[in-house]
Amino acid sequence: MDFNLTEEQQQIRDEVRKVCREFPDTYWREVDKQRGYPDAFVKKLTELGWLAALIPEEYGGSGLGITEGSIILAEINRSGGSATACHAQMYTMGTLLRHGSAEQKKRYLPKIATGELRLQAFGVTEPNAGSETTRIETTATKRGDKYVIKGEKIFISRAQESDLMLLLARTTPYDELKDKTRGLSVFIVDMRNAKGKLEIKPLDIMINHHTNALFFDGLEVPAENLIGEEGMGFRYIIDGWNAERILVAAEAIGDGRWFVERAANYAKERVVFDRPIGANQGIQFPIAQAYARIEAADLVRFQAATKFDRKERCGAEANMAKLLASEAAWEAANACLNTHGGYGFAAEYDVERKFRETRLLTIAPVSNNLVLAFLAQHVLGMPKSY
Amino acid sequence: MNIIVCAKVIPASSVIIELDPAAKTMVRKGVPHELDPAAASALEEALRLTEKQGGTVTVLTMGIADAVIGIRSALAMGAHSAIHVLDDAVAGSDTLGTAKILAAVIKKENPDLVLCASESSDSYSGIVAGQLAWLLGIPALTFAKEIAVDGKKVTIKRQSLTGYDVCESELPALIAVASGINEPRYPQLKGIMAAKKKEIKKYTAADLGLGADQVGAAGAKEKVLSIGRPPARAAGKIVNDEGEGGKQIADFLAELKVI
Ligand SMILES: Cc1cc2nc3c(=O)[nH]c(=O)nc-3n(C[C@H](O)[C@H](O)[C@H](O)COP(=O)(O)OP(=O)(O)OC[C@H]3O[C@@H](n4cnc5c(N)ncnc54)[C@H](O)[C@@H]3O)c2cc1C
Repeated sequence: MDFNLTEEQQQIRDEVRKVCREFPDTYWREVDKQRGYPDAFVKKLTELGWLAALIPEEYGGSGLGITEGSIILAEINRSGGSATACHAQMYTMGTLLRHGSAEQKKRYLPKIATGELRLQAFGVTEPNAGSETTRIETTATKRGDKYVIKGEKIFISRAQESDLMLLLARTTPYDELKDKTRGLSVFIVDMRNAKGKLEIKPLDIMINHHTNALFFDGLEVPAENLIGEEGMGFRYIIDGWNAERILVAAEAIGDGRWFVERAANYAKERVVFDRPIGANQGIQFPIAQAYARIEAADLVRFQAATKFDRKERCGAEANMAKLLASEAAWEAANACLNTHGGYGFAAEYDVERKFRETRLLTIAPVSNNLVLAFLAQHVLGMPKSY
Repeated sequence: MNIIVCAKVIPASSVIIELDPAAKTMVRKGVPHELDPAAASALEEALRLTEKQGGTVTVLTMGIADAVIGIRSALAMGAHSAIHVLDDAVAGSDTLGTAKILAAVIKKENPDLVLCASESSDSYSGIVAGQLAWLLGIPALTFAKEIAVDGKKVTIKRQSLTGYDVCESELPALIAVASGINEPRYPQLKGIMAAKKKEIKKYTAADLGLGADQVGAAGAKEKVLSIGRPPARAAGKIVNDEGEGGKQIADFLAELKVI
């Protein structure tokens, strides 16, 4: 058992840290205020190859594991930034890599690796089928050598900052299925050629997240863009969930470290009643508590990532990492806000921005209730509760 | 063209420097290190030159084991190979001792051009470059803010107080780059991966034929008498501008004999 990063992993962390220094608090604050997309930051990460970390070398990436991917994303959030703007470019291609045909991989992966093609939108969630993915209603109907897409998606992030989207759509009506996890299929949708047949409406939400409602009105997708077998799509996306959970856990850990560092520094500096507020246990204990929880969650994150990279089963660990890390980050966010008092609400301290941002991680990409339901049912063998 | 870049690896900019009052040095062991940004600029120039004209870039670092992280950074940026002088016997070397060590390595390698920073970003002595050129018996072109190589001739623009001087020399030569000569590149992730496979040659003082009379603390001619933190800055003077702020500032500067 070795709890230390390898020399290469340390170097990855340090080099990402250096790049992030070029994008300080003021940069992220302004992007947030404008509700803009952090173009310059994403461009830099793309050029340096960080977002192609997980793509195999034969397709132009660096062929690194989820462990390294998670180190990269954690460091972005620890620096005060928000990896959600581009994390999906790193991992959405996983579904294509694992289940796509040789031809599809050759066609898309090298361009995704250079950033020439952005594949960072994943269309799953629908208004009438939130957490219950097998109930989605968007249909893909085969007509000759095309599928015709009709329906609605919601909360589809970066649809406007992506060229391609992975889309989960229904190819067999729910009622005709014996096995309700079948009947869904995954497609690569080229949104650049979708004008008139795909409407993208940005959603006004609590954080700067570039998320949208999508309306498909008979969009035609070439049949060759179907990934894997028709009807097996739900399985394919489940395969990607563990990776996503580990990476999201790492982002939460990064956030948590940022909150703890800011809170501890402020607690040492701010003097009220003639002494630093950090001299009060009411201030220092919550920060210490959050610190301990983050470090504990981090161990589970590395355990999950290690198992993932060794191709061992890691569903339990990946889910626990996401649960524990997102909660620890939220606890740290609250401690940080309390420590800052009224200043925590002032945009120029960045606490309120990170506070809003980290809150998402307990709910998306999967809500922690569903994580608990998974652990209860699949790890502990209790009855299915949903 | 083969270039050696002398690159110091220093405590990372995020580190709050601790001083060792007994040894009269800053504490280097156990703190995170990184490639000196000033050295990164020298390396950046070397990489641009060889990208245009071919050749190799070797980074040369004298430093503790923790310096490897900075050497790997340099390799990730694109240096072809590295040399690390790693030896407890060289600890405590003064600037001349350091220059002797670097010169001994450079003589073995026989490059066309030696590049270094004008001064390191941790101790700012600014004299190693001159000493090194003297020991090597080659011209030193300092404070370069632009470098051009044409065959066996090198031309630099040397930063001066009012502008720049144009200096020319035959190769081999040593060039010390001015700070801010360029924006050093960040390593590409692929560069980091490739760096793992690049060679880091290790030398000790003995390998270089240098004894304790020349290098290390015992060989140092320079003695540090005392070391301390700079005094805390006195509070500044705030001028409230109520119409004649400009005059007040001018009077203040005149009092200091700045104007
Ligand atoms: C900013 C943002 C970005 C997003 N980006 C994307 C994206 O790019 N692509 C995409 O496909 N989706 C995306 N989502 C959607 C996200 O994955 C869903 O919001 C999430 O999975 C929850 O679904 P829901 O919102 O429909 O909640 P619901 O399913 O309606 O659940 C509401 C609440 O009820 C709880 N609940 C539901 N059923 C049970 C049960 N059986 N037991 C206990 N509790 C239960 C849930 O935990 C939750 O707390 C995003 C969401 C947000 C907010």
